[in-house]
Amino acid sequence: MIEKKNLKDRTLGEAMQSQGISRRSFLKFCAATASMMALPPSMIPAIAEALEKARKPSVIWLSFQECTGCTESLTRSHTATIENLIFDSISLDYHHTLQAASGEAAEEAREAAMKENWGEYLLVVDGSIPTKDMGYSTIAGISNLDMFLQTAAGAAAIISVGTCAAFGGIPHAHPNPTGAYSVYDIIKMYGNSELDGISSASITNNSGGSVINKPIITVPGCPPIPVVITGVLTHYLTFGTIPELDHLGRPKAFYGQSIHDRCYRRPFYDKGLFAETFDDEGAKKGWCLYKLGCKGPTTYNACATTKWNNGTSFPIESGHPCLGCSEPHFWDGGGFYKALSIPTIDIPTTAVYAAAGAAAAGVALGALNKSKKSNADKKHTNTTIDDLEKE
Amino acid sequence: MSEIEFLNWVRGPAFEIATVIFVAGVIIRILEIFFLGRKPNLAEAKGSELSSGLHTIVSRSIPDRHTFKRSTFKIVSGYIFHLGLLVTIFFYTPHILLFKEIFGFSWPSLPSTIVDAFAVVSIITLVAVLIHRLRDRVLKFLSTPGDYLVWLLTILPLITGYIAFHRVGMTAPTLLAIHILSVELLLIAFPFTKLMHAFTLLIARWYNGAISGYRGVQS
Repeated sequence: MIEKKNLKDRTLGEAMQSQGISRRSFLKFCAATASMMALPPSMIPAIAEALEKARKPSVIWLSFQECTGCTESLTRSHTATIENLIFDSISLDYHHTLQAASGEAAEEAREAAMKENWGEYLLVVDGSIPTKDMGYSTIAGISNLDMFLQTAAGAAAIISVGTCAAFGGIPHAHPNPTGAYSVYDIIKMYGNSELDGISSASITNNSGGSVINKPIITVPGCPPIPVVITGVLTHYLTFGTIPELDHLGRPKAFYGQSIHDRCYRRPFYDKGLFAETFDDEGAKKGWCLYKLGCKGPTTYNACATTKWNNGTSFPIESGHPCLGCSEPHFWDGGGFYKALSIPTIDIPTTAVYAAAGAAAAGVALGALNKSKKSNADKKHTNTTIDDLEKE
Repeated sequence: MSEIEFLNWVRGPAFEIATVIFVAGVIIRILEIFFLGRKPNLAEAKGSELSSGLHTIVSRSIPDRHTFKRSTFKIVSGYIFHLGLLVTIFFYTPHILLFKEIFGFSWPSLPSTIVDAFAVVSIITLVAVLIHRLRDRVLKFLSTPGDYLVWLLTILPLITGYIAFHRVGMTAPTLLAIHILSVELLLIAFPFTKLMHAFTLLIARWYNGAISGYRGVQS
């Protein structure tokens, strides 16, 4: 217990020393983070100083309707990187995928962390939240919705990790059988509801709080890039604030540019050189994957710059088109291998039906006009002088 | 509605609606023209309708010297923006993919920078065409609201396409959705406006030539 407390009270700088991370590599990390987040180089010492002194923030990580891909992505790293260390150093007080405890013991840990750090802890959510039937997804008998609202009430900020938490993701895809919604939508729908009625709200110091005004940072991706979340945490630890966000709540530093604009295959797009299939000459030469359904032009993410697996590559570099996984409703955007300019519906069939219907209507209208004309001809009578004199 | 939902809607249901109206509208209007019928010509044919009709379809594309002198601006600007439309619509890769999806075959594309240049020239020319229409008193008098609507519906896809390609002002999905929507508006209005000339042009030219051919005179 004493050992645990000591670990918790350690600053990041102390934790790094104990892990044998050199100051040089730490400063390199700070420089890289500053550059990624589009901060001026003058901020590097400030980042280093703030990180060294930072005490581990308490983090509660809730996983709802998700596939654990986000946790896998954010925790899998083959070498002991500083990104890893930041993950290791944050007090993950509750993460039911990673923690050893289960059942009531696990819930007690969450409640204790909430009590201890009310108003200060970061709430990380992955997975979407079902609303159709509370029984669709529960943890220790608590519905996802209740658990989220209770925990969000005392959070300093909420980080929606992964496309499911950020935008609803795959569970939200048509026809959305569980009535799944993103964190942002849930806050919009239920943010004003008083928490008094919720059974375990009394565990908090501030029961009855509203969650509506909590800042929400969305870190979408299926899964999201690990370095993006460390960047967000670094920003939070350094400045005590959340980074600048775009209209979808995504940190601009990482989601400010589209994959297409930063893609190394972009010159091929401009030259009109495309891979037609996955194994043709164009594919071998690394030409643009637009025709194979690449969603890079409408997708904002940092894959093309930060890359994956310690900077090894990203999907397009591996020869596969971007799926657009960091955008809302990417699952419902037609086929993954359908180019963006192709409609999501079967246009040829629609056109054939429309043409057949129109041809039939045209012929019928023509026949109607003809019969009208011939009727008019039949009824036509010549006016004689006698007719005119009748007046 | 989020921007991707908007994009999915214009790529899905909205495209379907536009296609049905465009295809059905064009076919009904063409059939309407054909079913108007012609009274049988009792005069003896003095030449071939077919060859003269086909000849006129091509020959009327070249203005005669006097017409060219009289309406130089109209003819040159008309050619420029129609050529620009031809290149931007039919030689830009994303557009060719759409045609391939519909017709099942494709053709080579041009580099996007070249298509871009054609789009810019077309936009400038269409603006010049509008200024000319407003400044020419006779043309202005003859213009109907439908003419201005057709001008707007023609220039909109060019402008929105140019902006979507260069990503100015809004996010890429929104810009692409607006561009596709502008094309859908064009498709919907097509059968009910002078845009129908794209189809009726050939019929009218052939008919003019055929009449002359039947009479045995030069068209």
